[in-house]
Amino acid sequence: MRTLTYVQAIREGFAQLLASDPRVFVIGQGVWSPWYAGTSLQDMEKDFGRDRVIDSPVSENATTAAAIGAALAGMRPIVFHPRMDFMLLAVDPIVNQAANWSYIFGGQINVPMVIRAAINRGGEQGAQHSQALQAMFMHIPGLKVVMPATPFDAKGLLIAAVNDGNPVMYIDDRWLYGETGEVPEEIYEVSIGLAAIRRTGTDVTVVATSHMSAHAERAAATLESRGIDAEIIDLRSIKPWDRECVFNSVRKTGRLVIADAAWKTCGVAAEIAATVAGEVFDHLRAPISRVCLPDVPAPTSAPLEQAYYVGANHIVSAVEELLVRKEKAVAAGSLLPSSR
Amino acid sequence: MLQSHSVDVRAARPIIGASLLTTLFRSMTRIRTTEETIAELLDKNEIRCPTHLCTGQEAIAAGVCAALQKDDYIFGGHRSHGHYLAKGGDLRALMAELYGKATGCSRGRGGSMHLIAQEVGLLGTVPLVAATIPIAVGSALASKVRGDSRVSVAFFGDGATEEGHFHEAVNFAGLQRLPVIFVCENNLYSSHMHIRERRVKDNIVQAGDAHGVPGLRVDGNDAGVVYRTALDAVRRARSGRGPTLIECRTYRWRGHVGSSMDFDVGVKRKDELREWLSKDPVARARAALLEQGLHERALEEIESEVRAEIEDAVQFARDSAYPHGDELLEHVFFLEKS
Repeated sequence: MRTLTYVQAIREGFAQLLASDPRVFVIGQGVWSPWYAGTSLQDMEKDFGRDRVIDSPVSENATTAAAIGAALAGMRPIVFHPRMDFMLLAVDPIVNQAANWSYIFGGQINVPMVIRAAINRGGEQGAQHSQALQAMFMHIPGLKVVMPATPFDAKGLLIAAVNDGNPVMYIDDRWLYGETGEVPEEIYEVSIGLAAIRRTGTDVTVVATSHMSAHAERAAATLESRGIDAEIIDLRSIKPWDRECVFNSVRKTGRLVIADAAWKTCGVAAEIAATVAGEVFDHLRAPISRVCLPDVPAPTSAPLEQAYYVGANHIVSAVEELLVRKEKAVAAGSLLPSSR
Repeated sequence: MLQSHSVDVRAARPIIGASLLTTLFRSMTRIRTTEETIAELLDKNEIRCPTHLCTGQEAIAAGVCAALQKDDYIFGGHRSHGHYLAKGGDLRALMAELYGKATGCSRGRGGSMHLIAQEVGLLGTVPLVAATIPIAVGSALASKVRGDSRVSVAFFGDGATEEGHFHEAVNFAGLQRLPVIFVCENNLYSSHMHIRERRVKDNIVQAGDAHGVPGLRVDGNDAGVVYRTALDAVRRARSGRGPTLIECRTYRWRGHVGSSMDFDVGVKRKDELREWLSKDPVARARAALLEQGLHERALEEIESEVRAEIEDAVQFARDSAYPHGDELLEHVFFLEKS
């Protein structure tokens, strides 16, 4: 199979959707420019015309709401927000309208639209060019949220999102654009709501979102060299998320670390932790640990940025801390039997 | 029921024929009588959801919708019973929705502020002020992308023009020359605030020109004028010449929400109402029809048919079943893939 980068896989997904489905069109800021979408939409307007690939005025609200209206009228729009931060100007159409429309009209009508939101972190860009706001949208009934971490998923989840029939927020992370992986040439879907086990292990479960999934695999290699066997789950879909996959893993390992490169408070990791604690508590042999960003806006200066972001080493530390707790507990003679 | 007394019929110019004016009269009478019946049902606490009545504003919904085809799209806001009825929405389903019944147009999930009648092109009304203005731009964009000839209409109040949504939407529609008509029902009030308390200038119509879209200000209490203006805008939109903003000057007789008169808010509501009652759009059309030679009996027949239809709808709503509590989680997501 061919190897593509993550950003090439996104582009191929867009191109195949536009070529195969006349209902699909793209609207958003910067879709004619490499400054905003990287190469993920490069020359798309040349291939499919400016009537179907529409660069827009600085009007996040109008373009997002227009995508809703077009979806209600039977189209399959993809609205592109090159930075999640700026997408906050479209919260009314996303939260009040797209998410509600099916429900408030008793399921008689649907909003088959995709909201592509890019996370554009790092690079001394600061507080308003770097936010990872998936938890805000995970909170809203009626929205689905996906965060592909591999080229295969980047294409397959985009296609699944367009075909889903509901408003789906598709969040890609610029830090993943250079990742490579095998991508089939044909058009295919990756099911929304299914996680992927990237590595099987027995000592600890690491559930990761988006680019933290790649960090988790690197962390697992380090941990292996230290005699710790980690199971890595790439969540892929944030909402709905694959509860059974996570539960089954926790039943096996008894320990859970959740890595989500977004703020900790009320985050994706908090939701998973609360659900696991509520549903499979008896299988837990240690407290649940979260690897997230501290509750502070993103700084600009490089040393502050370095202190702010999390990566593989943070996951390694979190796992080791859980296992140290075990040793301490053994020393104190208080370890509960693992059969508990 | 609120009623006008001395009616100034001068403005009801005979610019449309008797047959069309009769259609508009019937449409307006249906809206008026429905709204005033709902006011009584609110007072009796039979209807309990937040309900915003459009009594006094009927000519706009009736006039604009008469200029549209069945498959043209319309969107509305919190005060949209009139739009629903004028476009051809089912009266029984409207009434049942207000009662929270499973037979309602939104199956009891929407209430007065969330109305839908897809079969006649009403794709939704929602109370977030101005929200459906850019959504209507989107359905117009759909028409442009796939090359069909549908026109989209956004109905909204004067308060909505204070939202950024409005300006983004008008600019984008103008830029793309989309087949959309922005119908501003300027009833002088946003909730409790008179327009003078909210704007430096009473110049909503100029927002069109500012965004490169023709703006027209018309007497929103003259159904014939509204119809003719809308028809020009529809032709313009359908032939690819782009959007139009129509500011319809009108007045809501009742208060912001419920059956209340809101005499305790704003400026001079009582004096204003007296003046506007004399511009009653329904009475004007009625007087114009009599002038054009229609018999009083023919008009009474229309009024009596409308009353019977409304009585039937109320009875239907009362007799209908509520949705079951165990259906609570249904419809959050649309399940059929296509």
